[in-house]
Amino acid sequence: MIDIPLNYYLSLSAILFTIGVVGVLTRRNAIIVFMCVELMLNSVNLTLVAFSSYLGNINGQILVFFVMAVAAAEAAIGLAIIIALFRNKQTVNIDEINIMKW
Amino acid sequence: MILDTVFFFLIAALAVASALMMITRRNPVKGVLFLIVNFFCLAVMYLMLQAQFIAIIQILVYAGAIMVLFLFVMMLLNLGDEKLLAERRSYRKTIAYVLGAVVLSEIVVGLRLPSGNGAISLHPEAAHMGTVEFIGTSLYTEYLLPFEVTSILLLAAMVGVIVLAKKNFR
Repeated sequence: MIDIPLNYYLSLSAILFTIGVVGVLTRRNAIIVFMCVELMLNSVNLTLVAFSSYLGNINGQILVFFVMAVAAAEAAIGLAIIIALFRNKQTVNIDEINIMKW
Repeated sequence: MILDTVFFFLIAALAVASALMMITRRNPVKGVLFLIVNFFCLAVMYLMLQAQFIAIIQILVYAGAIMVLFLFVMMLLNLGDEKLLAERRSYRKTIAYVLGAVVLSEIVVGLRLPSGNGAISLHPEAAHMGTVEFIGTSLYTEYLLPFEVTSILLLAAMVGVIVLAKKNFR
C-alpha cells in the first residue's frame, strides 16, 4: 500500500507558514497580524503531527498538545493587550503603536 | 491509493486558498471565518495522519474556543472605518513578498536535503498511537511534570488577562 509521502505534508506546512509570514509583514491590523501568528503555529503543528505519525513516535503529538495550551494562553493575553491598547490609543493599527520603538 | 492522494490535494488546496483569503480580506471578521475553514482543513489532515485526539482538540480548542475569543474581541472593539488601516507605503509590501519567497525557498531547500530514512508511508504503529488512551497514558506518566506546569501557565495567563483588561490599569 502506497501512502501519501511525508514530503507532501511538510510542503503544505511550509506553504502555510510562508502565508502566515507574509500576512504578518503586510497587514496593519493588529488582530489580523495575531491571526497570522496562529496560522504559523498551526503549520508547525502539522509538521510535528506528520513526523510523529510517519516515525511512529508519540512525542510529536504530545508536543502539539502543549503548543495548543500555550497558544490558548497566548491568544488570551494578546487579545487583552490589544484591548488595553485600543482603550488608550483608539486604534489597532500597528503603524501607530510605536511607543516602544527605538 | 489514488483516492487518498486526490483527497489530500483537495484538502490542501482548500487550506492554502482559505489562508490566502484570510490574509487578503480587509474585513477582519471574514478573516476569522476563513481561518476557521483553514483550521478544519488541518483537522482533516490530522485525521488522515491517524492523530484522532489532536484532530478533535484542534476543532474544540482552536476552531471553537480561540476563534470565538477573536470574534468576541472584534465585536467588543467595534473597529470603525477599515479604510483607515489601508496600506500607505507600498515598498514595505514588496519587501514582505520578497522575504516570504526567501522563507519558502529556504524551507523547500531544507526539504530536498537527503533525510536519512525516506518515510513514504505511515508507521504501522500510527493507527493506535493517536488515540486518547495512548496519548493519555504518555501524558500522565512520562510527561506529568510539563502537564502540571501547563496548568500553572494557564492560571498565570488567566490572572494576567484580568489585570490587563481591567478598566483602570495601574
